[in-house]
Formats: sequence, structure tokens, C-alpha cells
Amino acid sequence: MTDASKPMTDPPSEPAPSRGQWADVWDQFKVHRGAFWGMVVFGTILFLIVVGPFIYWNDPQAVPTGRDFLNLRDMRPIYVLLWDSGAKVNWLYPLGTDNLGRDTLGRLLLGGRVSIAVGITAMLLSLFLGTFIGVLAGYFRRLDGVLMRLTNLFLALPLLPLLLVAVLLFRDPLSKGFGPEGGTFILIVTLVGVTSWMQTARIVRGDVLALKEREFVLAARSIGTSPTQMILRHILPNVLSPIMVSATLGIATAIITESALSFLGFGFPPDFPTWGKLLFDAVDRMALYPERVLWPGLLISLTVLAVNYVGDGLRDALDPRIRGR
Amino acid sequence: MNMKTALLGAATALALAPMAYADGHEGERGRDGQVNIIYWQAVSTMNAYLSGGTKDLEAASLVLEPLARFNQDGELVPWLAESIPTRDNGGVAADEMSITWTLKEGLVWSDGSPVTSEDVKFSWQYCTAEGGGCSQPERYNDVVDVETPDARTAIVRFGVPKPSPYGPFVSHLSPIIQKAQFEECLGDKAPTCAEQNFNPVGTGPFKVVDFRVNDVVTFEANDLYREEGKPAFSNVTFKGGGEATAAARAVFETGEFDYAWNMQLAPDVQESMLAGGKGEFVSGFGNLVERIMINLTNPSADLPEGERATAGHPHPFLNDINVRKALSMAIDRELLVAIGYGSAGGLTCNVVNAPTIYKSSANDSCMVQDIAGANAILDEAGWARGSDGIREKDGVRLSLLYQTSTNAVRQDFQTLIKQFWGEIGVETELRNIDAGVFFGSDAGSPDTFQKFYADVEMYANTFSGTDPEAYMGQWACDQAPRPETQWQGNNMPRFCSAEYDAMVAELAGTKDAEGRATLVKAMNDMLMQNYIMLPLVDRGRVSAKSVTLGGTVMNTWDSELWNIADWYRSE
Amino acid sequence: MLTYTIRRLILSVPTLLFISLVIFLLLELAPGDPMAQVPLTVPLEVKQQMREALGVGQPVWVAFPKWLYQFFVVEPQVLFDVVFSTNFSEGKARMISWQSRSPIMDIVAERIPQTLWVVGVAYIVAILMALPIGIYSAYRQYSVFDQAGTFVTMIGFSVPPFFSGVLVIVIFSVQLGWFPSIYDTTHRVVDWDTFVVQLQQMIMPVMVLALQITSQLSRFMRASMLDNLGQDYVRTARAKGLPERSVVLVHVLRNSLIPVVTVIALGVPAIFGGAIITEQVFKVNGIGQLLITAIQGNDLPMVQTLTFIFAVLIVLFNLIADVLYGILDPRIRYD
Repeated sequence: MTDASKPMTDPPSEPAPSRGQWADVWDQFKVHRGAFWGMVVFGTILFLIVVGPFIYWNDPQAVPTGRDFLNLRDMRPIYVLLWDSGAKVNWLYPLGTDNLGRDTLGRLLLGGRVSIAVGITAMLLSLFLGTFIGVLAGYFRRLDGVLMRLTNLFLALPLLPLLLVAVLLFRDPLSKGFGPEGGTFILIVTLVGVTSWMQTARIVRGDVLALKEREFVLAARSIGTSPTQMILRHILPNVLSPIMVSATLGIATAIITESALSFLGFGFPPDFPTWGKLLFDAVDRMALYPERVLWPGLLISLTVLAVNYVGDGLRDALDPRIRGR
Repeated sequence: MNMKTALLGAATALALAPMAYADGHEGERGRDGQVNIIYWQAVSTMNAYLSGGTKDLEAASLVLEPLARFNQDGELVPWLAESIPTRDNGGVAADEMSITWTLKEGLVWSDGSPVTSEDVKFSWQYCTAEGGGCSQPERYNDVVDVETPDARTAIVRFGVPKPSPYGPFVSHLSPIIQKAQFEECLGDKAPTCAEQNFNPVGTGPFKVVDFRVNDVVTFEANDLYREEGKPAFSNVTFKGGGEATAAARAVFETGEFDYAWNMQLAPDVQESMLAGGKGEFVSGFGNLVERIMINLTNPSADLPEGERATAGHPHPFLNDINVRKALSMAIDRELLVAIGYGSAGGLTCNVVNAPTIYKSSANDSCMVQDIAGANAILDEAGWARGSDGIREKDGVRLSLLYQTSTNAVRQDFQTLIKQFWGEIGVETELRNIDAGVFFGSDAGSPDTFQKFYADVEMYANTFSGTDPEAYMGQWACDQAPRPETQWQGNNMPRFCSAEYDAMVAELAGTKDAEGRATLVKAMNDMLMQNYIMLPLVDRGRVSAKSVTLGGTVMNTWDSELWNIADWYRSE
Repeated sequence: MLTYTIRRLILSVPTLLFISLVIFLLLELAPGDPMAQVPLTVPLEVKQQMREALGVGQPVWVAFPKWLYQFFVVEPQVLFDVVFSTNFSEGKARMISWQSRSPIMDIVAERIPQTLWVVGVAYIVAILMALPIGIYSAYRQYSVFDQAGTFVTMIGFSVPPFFSGVLVIVIFSVQLGWFPSIYDTTHRVVDWDTFVVQLQQMIMPVMVLALQITSQLSRFMRASMLDNLGQDYVRTARAKGLPERSVVLVHVLRNSLIPVVTVIALGVPAIFGGAIITEQVFKVNGIGQLLITAIQGNDLPMVQTLTFIFAVLIVLFNLIADVLYGILDPRIRYD
């Protein structure tokens, strides 16, 4: 018997009835070292990108004018002074400036907003779609055929023409309804979400197919648990691990895909920074200005790592077999 | 056109010029072994007539050759022909209705058969055959017949007097192909001839060994090439794919390749590449002008489809010449050149810059940015700054949508110009569009440069050859893209002036070089002084070559590999 | 199981036809023009004539059946002819690419070797690395090995190949000069020396690709192993006195393979699909580069054909995955 069905089969043995399940989960979660540091890092990044642009003194979009332009462009980060005292730096621009004299730190902060928002939202959408379709297909045999055919169709569609069509059909209506930025955001999130759920769906379905033949499911069914109850209480908690992995990988994919979209001209206006785009633009000058690839690359990696550890912690905390070990 | 005739004296003298480059590098054919060329757009076909793409035309120029080419100065030099026919030497008929070409003696194809005037005639028939989809039929405009009185003589007859009869069989755009090989490929049979298209028999210094579509072409020296001791290289690898930076890296940093085409790199990247010391840039200027087109019609999404961006709805504020003028004055072109092109770009205030006789100097004031002047003009015209610093008049805000294709340099330009215009109280929203869509002519897409559903757009354009007549005709009223023409047309600004149209007609009837030059200059000045397009940069062609590769001469009027027979390896 | 497989195979025919129609309509609807790359100096009427010569803009009910006929009748005949030197296909119009005006399947056949060399090898390397990493990371959860593995795989997955590819080129080609930065597709392996050259030119693209695939696979392997290691049957098996090795590598591993099999099965069609960015960065010019240049050049017959072959592989390998589920866990029934 797995513990997932314990509360139902054996309620009186619960030691502290006043404590809910979620309190246990939280207890477990907060002592998970990885999860704790993941939360700290992710929280810091969130704080920086939300509050940062308000308190930071340089306008990330401003291009210096006139004679300032040549003085202020291609500035190095101040830490370069440690090994190269002749470097072109300015204390007002801690991470230097790009080839048009725009402040790098400011652009990283502003760019993070979009990258994180798109990354998280698109990941959630893709996860929701994938899990929903995967569970339905795995659990209900009648739906399996049709849903898997749909999955195959989406796997087979060529991404680029699909994006072109979506932009053609939905860009103008969306920007009318939600404003240019809002419309673009919805379009990007939907596009990334709708084109990346298939792997999750296939994985979840595979696991569900195996799970529903397990004894505890049989036991639950024999006491008359409804399919909805069954899915929410018995199936879902047991497919959480692959979903968590998909979530972590999904964020990275979404952040990178967003930059590919803007590069193709489907995304935010070309002068609007995002981490993916900052990284892409800097690749040509990687040897001259390593900081321009280092920082966006580092921020994307840190975000993904942090989410990964939070996911690990969550998974451990939600698994009653590990909880309290 | 007499300009060319005038230059012919010099041109014939220059005919021998390529040999001069080989001085001290003579020897037997194939002595220098392998040369590697990289084009970051891969070659799709070796048949110059089936593709308009520069990459394909230039790869084909290693094998297929015309009767005459343009050299690096835009002058005609004989290639397969013995000399350039002119009125003076009797090659061009007095009534300008025919031109007589004589092939060099003893020319043979790479398969050993002789080149005859039948092949010349066939090349014309091939390109003009119905349903063949030839990309260069305009080279053969007004040709009614090609006569072949003997094996070495071809007389091209025109239906109308041709002051400039150097269209057919001249430059890499209209080379001679072998009749024996392509006889079965005329017209709608062209697509079934993959083998012929990929491995054409030619007269050039090289012949194809292996062709891989959109990947790599391998050539070897043509044993039967007409010049002794040429080419110096025995094999050529012509690789394609990737992007400009990677191609540059292969020449400058790893040294795997000897020649890389079209180095669209920002100046600072160019500099860092040069630091490797393995290569150098070669550049030349033609007529490619990066410009901003201004939409004189209203592209507002509120208008019904079919009326958007058409002549019936004038633009709410760009119709005011003061606004257009101010937009032009606010741009710091010197800075744009420095940031985007460096030595590969030049300042320009004209849409026609070359050949020099067409270059006007009436508009040169645009070379200096004048923010104060632009502000003054807008103030005077009644465009007052609102509370957010954006100018407006009668409820119309100076707020622009500025579109262009996706390309790192163009996005930098957008950002800079947005800043310039911000300084004169004009708000700009930027949009970049995938080049395949932007330059496509899909009438169903709202994002093509022809539909122009934006206020201003930026791209580059030029004309082929040295005669700007067709180019100047692009801004006639009837050239405006509109629903009735399925949005096809070249007049993106939808400029329409009876005076200009009259000048277009007059140009078609003017024969003397002097008069044509004056007229072209006047037309250029009219376009410029109406500010319907704002020239930004005179873009050169830049390629990269290894320091060990000698004999390359950049040519913007013909294939840049035009003199590959003279290339050699220097120690 | 056999009847199930056969039934699924038959059922996949209408699915595939439907997918091909959807792809076709999607490509029709997508904005684009095969003449977009032709210079602006070529007059508009000429471009129109070129389009007509290619058959651009034929209505769907003409173009789609024609494509179906060519794909399912003419091309198999051509293949038959090539293999048995017959001439069934003579005089029949083959599928022609708009970009090069040459038969599509010939180009595809030309591209497959380099894609298999690079992407295929990367996949095998990745599977061979990912499984042990995933298993050991789970078995020793939160050990130094697991933490280091997590760190490396997560960074490996977050760094896009347009960056990591250029980075390895700068390090290994430019700075160290060990490997060529541009892949030579004409290179033939005939003896040991040419094999070494092939290895040298493969190593960087394989490295970049394998890093991504390993990261992904090992995470799924680890998560699935962790799930199963906590199950009751593991405790039972240990209590029975089974050696730890066979507990982990036989019982737990077998039960943990379902998600991994899914991910691998989804990835195999991608071997054929090639790796667009990686192929571009290293100029491998395989199927991925073919697809992207076809899309950019709006070469619809090429895109349609490649995507459809891709769809066939997807359907096929997902079926194989389903069959494998039944073998891994006999309780899964499909009937």
C-alpha cells in the first residue's frame, strides 16, 4: 500500500489531527537545503528585476547623444579594473555599456522582467496542457487514441510556419484588445506554451498507463472513488516528479524560444531587451566583451537552477514516503 | 548610352589589365593547389539563368562566362569576345538596331567541343523561352533575333534603336551556355534538367566536380581554359551556410578558408577580426544605398483592408514636407556609418551615387546632423510639443511605426534613429520582420515591404549594370503598390508627381550621355528634395580574403569572383 | 500485442494523411514568397514568371493531390528503379524543390549521412552518458556527484547552442586550433586517418548536442529512479536478500524506464530532423539546415516533404514507445 491512500484507509492513526497535510509539506520543504537556497536565489532575482528598474539610476533604453555617444559606448564593467587598469570604465555604469552606449545592468534588470514572466507563464501553460492531456489520455482508454493523434500532429507541425501563421492571424486583434505590449506577451506565451506541451503529455501518459494498473489504484477504485477524485488524489501526486523535471527544463526552453521569436520578428520590439536576446546579440563580440554573454547566460542558468532546486524540494516535500525521513 | 562608348578606349586598354596582376606569379596551371571559398548563403544551382540570387550567380561565374564583363571601375572589358563592338569600330550599327560580336579564336568548352555563335544564339533562346522561369530576361529586352553568319560571329538585332546595346551576353547575369547540353531543357522542361543545372559545361577557368545543393560545390581547373598557366589553383571548394560572423572567423581566426563573401559585420567586430592577422577585407562601392522610405499614404489599421496605405488616404502627418525634412535633418548619418559599416560604408545624400557622372551634389547638406534646425522647422510648421515632449498639431501626434527586416545592423540603426527622432519630439515604435516575409511579395501578408503597413521602413536597393533608367522609373505614379496590382510595385512611398513622370518619359527618349546625366541628377534631386526617401548609407561590398591569397580585385559591377583565373597563392 | 501493433499501424495511415493535409494548409496560409531572396534588381514581372514556372500559387485541390501522388507513387517507383535498375518512373514528374529545381528526395538522400554522423552519434553518446548519470545521481541523492551533476546538466540545458557552439569554436578552433570550425560534408571515411579527421570535425557539434540531450535525459532518469527507489517493492526485494546491484539495476531501473523511453522515442525522429541551430553553427549542412533554408526560402514542396517524413517517424516511434511500455510493464494493456 502506498501512503497516498493512507488518509482514507487509516485516518484514526494520524498522530496530530490538528496539523494539516500542507503544514507537513511546508516543514519538509523549508529544511530542504537545495529548496531553501533555490528560493533565496530565485527571490533575489525576482526582487532585483521587479524593484531594480525603479531604483537603478540609468535608463536602460537611453542611447547617449552627441559627443557622449562615443565616450559612453563599449564601456567595460568596473571589475575589469582588477586586472586591466587601463580599461574604459565608469563607476556610474557598473556592468558597462553595449555598442550603442546603453547600460548593461539596466538592460539585464529590465530584460529579466520579460524573460522571467514569459518563462514562468509559458512553462505553466505548457505544463498544464501537457499534464491535462497526458492524464486524460493515460487514464481514459477511449480518449487515448484521439489525444495521442493530436499530440503527434503538434509534434509534426513545423514551428516556424506555424508561428508565421499565428502572428498573421492574431497579432493585430490581440494588440487591439490588450495593447501592443500586452498583446505581444499573450501571443508569445501562448505560442511557446502551445508548441511545447507534447513531451510532457507523452511522459505523463506513459506513467499514468503504468500507474493505473497498480494495486492502490485498484483498491481505491474498489471502494468507489470517482475518476476525478482518483486523478487528483492518487494519480497526479504520483506523476509529479517527471512534471517537475519538465517544468525546470520548460523554463529554460521558454526563455530561449522567446529570444528566437523576437529575432524572427514575432516578439517584442527590437530595442526591447530580454535575456535571451541580450545573449544572442552578444555572441558576435564574445571574445572582446565576455561580460555581455556572461551575465545574461549566468542569469538564465541561475534561474533554471533555482527553479530546479525548488522543484526538487517540492517533490520531496510532497512525497509522503520521503517526508519525515 | 554614350558614356560607355566614351570609356571604351580606356576599356580596351584595360582588357589586358588582369594579366598585370599575375606578374611574377606565372607558372603552370594548377600550381597553387587548393583554394577555399565560403559564402554564408549556400549555392542552390549553377545555372545563372535559373536563379536571381547573387550567391548562385557568382558561383556560376567560375564556369559560365559572358562575351564581355564590367571591370572594377564599371567599364566593359571583352571576355569571350575578341573586342568590345562600338560605333567607332563598326561593331554597333549606325541606326543602333544591331550589335556584332566576334568570339575569340579557338574557344572550346570544357568538354573539348568548340564554342560557336550557335551557343550564343541558344543562350538567348534559352532565357526567353516561354515557361522557363529565367531570371534575366530583361537582359534580352527588345532582342528580336540573333544571327549567326559564321561560327565566330553573332549579330544581335533589336526591335528598337538601342543607344546602349550592352545588355545581352554581357556580365555574369547573361553568360553563354552550351547548346548541346541545354537543348533538351528549353522552356517548361527546365526543371527536369537538374544534372545540367548542377554541372553546366562552361568556358571558365574551373569546372564542377561535385555539386551538393545548398551545401558545397567542388571545382577543378578546366584543362582546356584558354589562357596558358591559368588558373593558378587546381581545386576550389565553395562552401555555403551559416552566417557572416562564422564565415569571417574561418578566414581571419582559424584560416580554414581563403575567401569569404559579403562580410556584413559591425566595424568593431571587423576590427577584432583583423587583429588575428590572417586576413584582410576587400571592398568596393557600387550603388547600394540603405534608405528610409516614407509612406505618403495612411497605413492606419482603422482603415478597411484594401484602402490601407493607398493613394485615397493621405498620411496624416508625413504628407507635410516639413515633417519629412525634419526627420531627415535629425539623422546623424556619420554616426550611422561609423556604427554600422565603418570602411564598408560611405556618407550619401543621394539615391544615385555611381557612376560618378550621375552623382549630384545638391543635397550634401544632409551629411551634417542638424537637430536645432529640425526643431525650428517643426516649430514653424505648427507642430508644438505636448506635455510628454511629443509634438502634435490639431490632435495629430508625431508617432511613427518604423519597420525593417531582421538584421543586427538594421536593428542598431533603428535604435539610433529612434533616439535622433526622439530629440525632435517624434515618437517611434520599432518593428523587425523576418527577411523572408518582408522582402516576399505575398499579397496575403501584412508585413511585406511593398504593402508598407507602417509609417517608415528601411532597406537597401540598387540597380544592375551602370544605367539607372529603369531604377529612376521606380518612382513613377503607376509604380505604386496597390490592391489592383496585387500590391506589386517599386514605388514604396507612393510618390506621385506629374513633373517627375514627365522626366521619366524624357529620360527614355534622351540619347546623349550628357543629357541623360543631367536628367538623372535632376530626378535624383527632386526625389531628395521632396524627402520621400532618406538615404542613410552608401553601402559598399565587403569580402574577406586570406593574406596568402593574391590577385583578387573586388568588383561591384559584375561577379566579385570575376577574375578568379588570376588568383594565386602568395607566400 | 501483435494485433494491437498491426491495428495501430493501419490506424496511423489516416492520421498521417490528415497530418499531411494540416501541414499543407498551414504552409499555404503562412506568408512568404519563394522569390524573396531574389535581389530587388530583378523586375517584378520576371519574378512573377519565375513563380509561374515553379507552379507557385496552384490551388490546394490541385497541388495537394499532386504532392500525395508524387510522394506515394512516383518516389517509391524511383527508389525501386534505382535499386533494381528498372524504369517504372520514367517520364513521371518527381517532387522538385523550388530553390534548386532538383528532385527533393535526391537532396534528402545527400543530406542523411552527415545528419546521422553528427546527430545520431550525439544521441547515442548522450544516452550512454545520461543513463548512468541519472541512475547514480538518484541512488546517491544529494551526494557530491548528484549535486555536481545537477549543476552541470542544468547549465548545459540553459545554455543555448547558438552560444555554446560559438564558445567551443572560439576555444577549440580559434584558440587551440585542435578542430576545424567548418564541417566538411564531402569528406569520405576510407581508412584510419580519414576516420580520425572525421572524428575531429564531428567532436564539437557532437559535444554541443550531446550536452543538451544528456542534461534532459539524465534529469528524467534521476527523477523516475527516485520515485521508484522509495516504493514498497524495493523494500521487499531488499528484505528478501536480493543483492543491491540487482535491486537497483534490474527491478528499479526497469520500472523507471517508462519516462526515459518516452523521451528517447520522441528524440529519435529529431535525429532525422537534424539539429537546426547546431548544424548552422558548425556548417554541418544536414537535414536540419536543409529544412531551415527551405523555410527561409519558402520552398514549400521541400518543407512539406521533410515535415511529412518527420511526421511518419514521430508516429512510428511513438508506437514503438507504446509497445515498449507493454514490455517494460506487462500490466499495461492496450487491447
